[in-house]
Order: sequence, then C-alpha cells, then structure tokens
Amino acid sequence: MNIFVVILVLLVAFLAGMEGILDQFQFHQPIIACTLIGLVTGNPIDGLLLGGTLQLIALGWMNIGAAVAPDAALASVASAILVTLRGAGVSEGIALAIPLAIAGQVLTIFVRTLTVGIAHAADGKAKEGSFRAVEWLHIGALMLQGLRIAIPAGIILAVPAELVTDGLNAIPAWLTGGLAVAGGMIVAVGYAMVINMMATPKLWVFFALGFALSAIGELNLIAMGIIGVVLALLYLQFAPEFNQGGGGNGGNSSGGDPLDDILNDY
Amino acid sequence: MDEKNKVRLTKSDRLKVFWRSQFLQASWNFERMQNVGWAYSMIPALKKLYTTKEDRALALKRHLEFFNTHPYLAAPVLGVTLTLEEEKAAGEDIDNAAIQGVKIGMMGPLAGVGDPIFWGTLRPVLGAFAASLALSESWMGPIIFFLAWNIIRMAFLWYSQELGYVQGGNITQNLAGGLMQKLTQGASVLGMFIMGVLVPRWTSMNFPMVISRVENAEADMIDFAAISEAANEGVLSGDMLRNVVADIQAGMAIQPEEVTTLQNTLDQLLPGVAPLLLTLFCVWLLRKKVSPITIIGGIFVVGVIGYVLGILG
Repeated sequence: MNIFVVILVLLVAFLAGMEGILDQFQFHQPIIACTLIGLVTGNPIDGLLLGGTLQLIALGWMNIGAAVAPDAALASVASAILVTLRGAGVSEGIALAIPLAIAGQVLTIFVRTLTVGIAHAADGKAKEGSFRAVEWLHIGALMLQGLRIAIPAGIILAVPAELVTDGLNAIPAWLTGGLAVAGGMIVAVGYAMVINMMATPKLWVFFALGFALSAIGELNLIAMGIIGVVLALLYLQFAPEFNQGGGGNGGNSSGGDPLDDILNDY
Repeated sequence: MDEKNKVRLTKSDRLKVFWRSQFLQASWNFERMQNVGWAYSMIPALKKLYTTKEDRALALKRHLEFFNTHPYLAAPVLGVTLTLEEEKAAGEDIDNAAIQGVKIGMMGPLAGVGDPIFWGTLRPVLGAFAASLALSESWMGPIIFFLAWNIIRMAFLWYSQELGYVQGGNITQNLAGGLMQKLTQGASVLGMFIMGVLVPRWTSMNFPMVISRVENAEADMIDFAAISEAANEGVLSGDMLRNVVADIQAGMAIQPEEVTTLQNTLDQLLPGVAPLLLTLFCVWLLRKKVSPITIIGGIFVVGVIGYVLGILG
C-alpha cells in the first residue's frame, strides 16, 4: 500500500465527513463514497458493488430537524476500506456497515455538541465585528466534521492487515448473517421517520394507494412519480380546505365542477 | 432617506451568498443549530452593506440567532433576508425582531416542504435507481446520481434564493395567503404515496421458515430419470425436450417435494405485508417518543435472533 493511496483514501474520507454534515454534494452517500474509495485503491468494481448495495440500505437515513440519522459517511468509507484493502468480502462489508453507521452517528453527535463552543466563540468575535474570525470558526467546525471520518479511516489503515482479517474471521457467521438481515429491515425506520413527519389522518389513504399499486411491477418509479404528482395536484384542486368560497359561488359557472362540464358536453 | 444612497446588492454579491449557503450546516450545533452557517452565508452581503465596526457587530449578532430548516430551503429565506438587510442599511425602519420574525416564520413550514421532497422522495428514488445501475456494474450509477442531484440542488438553491430576493416582503404575504400550506400539503400527498410504494419494494424481509412440505405424486412430476437415461444412451430428441418444457408450462412439478415457506404464504395473502407492518410499528414507536436509535438497536437484536432461529433469512 503506497503513500499516495493512503493520502487519497484519507482525502475521500475527509470529504465524506464534511458532506455528512453539509448534505449538499452527497459525497457521503455510499454510492459515491464507496465508488471513490474503490477507484483510489484500485478495486473499482468492489467499491461500486458495495456502494450500490449500501445505498439501498441507506435510502431512508435522513437528518430531519434536530434528529440525527445513522451515519452513511463512516459506514461507507470504513466498510469500503475493509473490502478494497483488507480483504473483507462485500457481504461482510455490508454486515459491518450497520454498526459503523451507529458509531458514526455517535461521533457526529459528539462533534455537534463540541460546535456549541464554536457558536459561543463566534458570538465573542461578532462583538468585535470581525467577519474574518467568524468565517474561520465556521470552517474550523467543518474541518472537525471531516476529521470525524478521516481519523477512524486512518486507524483502520494503520492496523496491520492480518489483525483485521483475524478480526473479521472471528466474527461468527450467525452475527454477520443476522446483521445482514437487520440491514434489510432498518430502512423501515427511515421511512417511518418521513411518514411520521408528513402523516395526517387524511393523507394515509395515499399511503394505502401507493402500497397497493407497488405490487404492480410494470409501474416503475418514474410512472409512480407521475401518479403521485397527479394525485397531489388533484388533491389541491378538490380538497375543501383549499376551495373555501370557490365551490359554492362558482358552482354554476363552467370550471366549477369538471363532472358537470363533462355531463353538459354530452 | 435618499434613494440614491441605497446600496444595492449586485448579482455577484448574491452569487457569493449562494455559494456560501452550501456550507450552511458546517458548524451545526445542538444549541442554535445552523446559526453560524447562516451568518457565514450572509457575510458577503453584510460586508457590502455595513462599513463601520459597530454596524457590522450588530449585523453579525442579529444573524447569529437560532436558525434551522432544511438546508436547501434556507435559500429562499436568505433571499428575503437579503432584501430586508438592503432596506435596513438604506435607513428603513426594520428592527431586529422583524428580521428574526421573517426567518423563524419561514423556516418551519419550509422544512416541512423540503424534508418530504428532497430527503423523502427525490434522494431515495434517485439513489435506488443509481444503485440498481451500480449493482449491474455500470459506472452510470454513481455518475448519474452525482450529476442529477447536484444540478437539481444548485438550480434550486440559486433560483429560490433569487425568488426570495426579488419578491422580498411579498413572499411572506404569499406564504400567509395559503401558498405555503398548499405546497406542504401537495408535497405530503406525493411523499405519502411514494412511501407507500417504497416500503414494500425496498424493505427486504424474508421468512424462509418452512411451514409445510407436501410430497408431489409421481404422476404430477416431470420424469427427469427417463430424460437423463435417454440422454446417456444418445437417443434424446428435440421432441422430448419440447414436451418437458410444455409440461412445465402446464404446471407440472419439478421438485419431488412442494415446500411452502412462511414467505410464500405471506406473499399469497398480501405482497409486502411484513415490511408494511414493520414500518407502521416503527411509526407507532416514534409517536410514543421512542428514539430512532433505540428502534434501530431493537431491529438489530430481532434480526440476529430471527436469523439464528431460522425465522428470518
């Protein structure tokens, strides 16, 4: 393993760590992070496959409000290093990704607490009217988030390969199998968080409709998206809370009730 | 105040704010959340509008107040705030409370629009599409994901910030006029529908536990012994193979035993019923204020125990 590979891996890890908090360019998403690690370590296909599989598990991991989701950045970077440089199989990488995601979550909660201090330091510098100081504090916090992933990545790289392999072999099959099973189910928590945020009694019918239609395999997600948008537009058009006055006053005019129009046309 | 003295923010100032707004969450903290990032984004504008040290200190203090919304939906709020600051710097009577009021008033409802659209729908859909490409070893997976996401995101950040800037105070009136409620409701309808689709499709749960084994009668089974015998003797004909295929299509059994797993039974009952129940159970737990981390931990334990017992696979 030459020094360039180490530097590139750490750079990708740093980038993923920064994006884990920014959530803009998406370098922390498995499909990007694992692929990049695969590319810089010279095992692009392994990285790509791991990234694709982990992406499916991580679909529902999202930070909503002040709630912190499992961390895709550490899960992707650390398991990609184990798979591409340490001889772990893709399935082992996936099983390990979940505890890694939880560890990353704990780390980001730690950094997000440390940054309370940065906010207070910024208050102090603001009193002096110093833009420059506030900017540097902000960037400093971002560096902390980058190190949050780069340091664990460095530790994994520093541990001798035999030790990692022994460690991986020491994990009993029932645990890796069980973790893989849990991995497929954990998506449900993310979905539940989104549903919990959106759901009102009136909207559950749309969830039910989506569930029923999902059994039709011919309808791909683009088709489903179109149906969803149509439903949303129809809902806005017809829901009584958006039509106060409109329905009653405009009842006789054309355009008041599409059904009337159709009947009149006949 | 004299209109001529009013400092206007140029497009390049607004582009700087747009670029910086991508780092909104860098110093996200549990106390005031996106506050430093918000100030960081506003700095190019504040620098231009305020020149004395006192004014700058006051402006920074004003923008280090609590703020938190969806990181992309902060863009229109930034746009509106830029207009307000422009007016304030020109001497209009806009106090701190008014600016903070606009920020707080917009951030809640906007987060309610952004979360279901970006996190709940767009990213899972794009991510799953890209993942399926990646699993077939196609490089287009990560490339499409990265390009599509970032083009949509950057266009959204810039144009919604400009919308906020041009509309200024009007936008808050529009929001009050029910536009925001419509957007939230529409996004939620779309989001709930897509969640209904995704839950059974993308949650993988399999119950390989065998509930029944039925021996297939000899007559219902394809006679593989005869075929292999014919093949070994060199008398296998195309007609024989064709008959086998026809028999399979007619529903004849291939295995000597008909094995029914719990999964087969569930699929006959209602495809995707197990993921549905799991998701609804999670929603119920969240409403009972159980933290997501605890739920994930619980699923871990259930997954491992279920796997060991052979119920889950």
